[in-house]
Amino acid sequence: MEALIDWLVTTFPPLSEGLARFIVYVLYSAILAFVAPVIIVVAYTYMERKVLARIQDRIGPNRAGPLGIFQGFADAIKMLTKEDVTPVCADRVVFNLAPILATIAAILVFAVLPVAPGVIGADLQAGILYVVAVGALSEVAALMAGWSSRNKFALLGAYRAVAQLIAYEIPIVLAILVVVMVAGSMQMSAIVAAQDVPFVLVLPVAFLIFLVASIAEIGRSPFDLLEAESEIVAGFHTEYSGMKFAFFFIGEYMHLFASAGIATTLFLGGWRGPFAGPDSWLGVLLGFIYFVIKTTAVIWVMMWVRGTLFRIRIDHLLDFAWKFLVPLGLILVVTVAVALKLPVIGTSGLRWVALLVANVVTALLMMLSVSILARRSRSAALREVAGVE
Amino acid sequence: MIIEHAVQIFAFVILTLMTLGGGLAVVTSRNLFHAALFLILSLAGAMGYYVLLDAGFLAVVQLLIYIGAISILILFSIMLTRGLMMPGQVQRNEQWWIAALVVFLTFVVLVVTMWQTVWPIADTEALRAPNIAIAQLGAALVGPYAIPFEVISALLLVALVGAIVLAREEGNQPARADAETGE
Repeated sequence: MEALIDWLVTTFPPLSEGLARFIVYVLYSAILAFVAPVIIVVAYTYMERKVLARIQDRIGPNRAGPLGIFQGFADAIKMLTKEDVTPVCADRVVFNLAPILATIAAILVFAVLPVAPGVIGADLQAGILYVVAVGALSEVAALMAGWSSRNKFALLGAYRAVAQLIAYEIPIVLAILVVVMVAGSMQMSAIVAAQDVPFVLVLPVAFLIFLVASIAEIGRSPFDLLEAESEIVAGFHTEYSGMKFAFFFIGEYMHLFASAGIATTLFLGGWRGPFAGPDSWLGVLLGFIYFVIKTTAVIWVMMWVRGTLFRIRIDHLLDFAWKFLVPLGLILVVTVAVALKLPVIGTSGLRWVALLVANVVTALLMMLSVSILARRSRSAALREVAGVE
Repeated sequence: MIIEHAVQIFAFVILTLMTLGGGLAVVTSRNLFHAALFLILSLAGAMGYYVLLDAGFLAVVQLLIYIGAISILILFSIMLTRGLMMPGQVQRNEQWWIAALVVFLTFVVLVVTMWQTVWPIADTEALRAPNIAIAQLGAALVGPYAIPFEVISALLLVALVGAIVLAREEGNQPARADAETGE
């Protein structure tokens, strides 16, 4: 970004630095807001269909264009030409605002995503906190959509969505807290810079918590209770059709990419890789390619999970968040804090080993206590069924 | 420089309209849900002020706590009330004059305070280094303000435990729940 501003100023002398900066950032936000959603939605819906098809031993889209790569465009045109239905009793303004807000909430995350060396919309000091805060907007959007539709299934879906989002926000924050403690900063660029070793290698438990909780946060299978067709039709967007539904859809895929991108930035070293760096154009380009590859890998894991696991029940879903992920995250925060402050370690490579040990110990402890508790509750339930005291 | 100043003024006007208009709409709208949404608009305006003042951290915290937590809670509890789907809600009860008195007194106190306080204006150079500001905030929380900070966390913990105790139905507990908590 800075290099581009310098280049603009030197190539077109009448431009002042402020104006050049303005132009560059406006262009960047335009790309994020208008170009990125189209590319992301088309590319990743195609990928999702193909991956799921392969998992289910099918071929997937294969009619539109070679290997069906134009399937996404065909879907987009279908969406655009569909009739736009608004329920008679719906609260029109809120009804129309909700999909817009849902998309905006997803796009806002991209502002702090370091997609390549030096390329970031706003390198906020509180960068990662901003990501957590913006997530709140999608909860508001879900509630607005559910309420304004005047449909009991939509309302129930909104309740579920918000309960789920709130429950899984806490494990996400705890996982992020661990990363912030290790990196020593909330700034996205500083977090990337701190990862001489990708954090996934030294903080595997935090990565797993983050991954599971973000899958829940996006509402993908196995946590797709928000749109469990057999229970509540399609959740909070039951009454939406045509382009308004498409907005929710775009928001969902933007959210998917954003979450995977955050996971990449926090745990997989972001744009870091061999020969990537902010010094040359090639380095920046390589960094961008690394970022996209890593993000796609995370998304692929999410699709794999979707194709493999069954949908879980609402009480299991909430229990899993509150009784497993949150305690695990809390214990992890404490052990990592202790491991970071051990007097012998300092800032050497031993630090990473200590972190890894802390993670493994936490995981083992948690698994052990869960298995003991589960066995106890299971035997209690069995006794109750058998009528034995 | 002049352009920058004009943009700032323009943003300030928009934010003020958002904050005051939103606040006004909260009290005038007859639909509780709309009132809650206008409250979010008003709070978002306040967040914009923090952004204008270069206090990014405060802006993010405002978004996180007021819009993310409190507004969601308000929306949730409103959706559990009766008569939500009816457009016309009664906006006052017989205690309106007490409320008016309190509002008037608060207004007077605020105006007097604003008039009499000498507002310290930090020099802009110091404000240009917000990273240090966050670090200073953190250091202050574990340094001179450690005890208030801990008291607040204890208060929140008490509130949490209290909420659980209130929500827990005594006597009507299914045996399975007991087994699950390992009691």
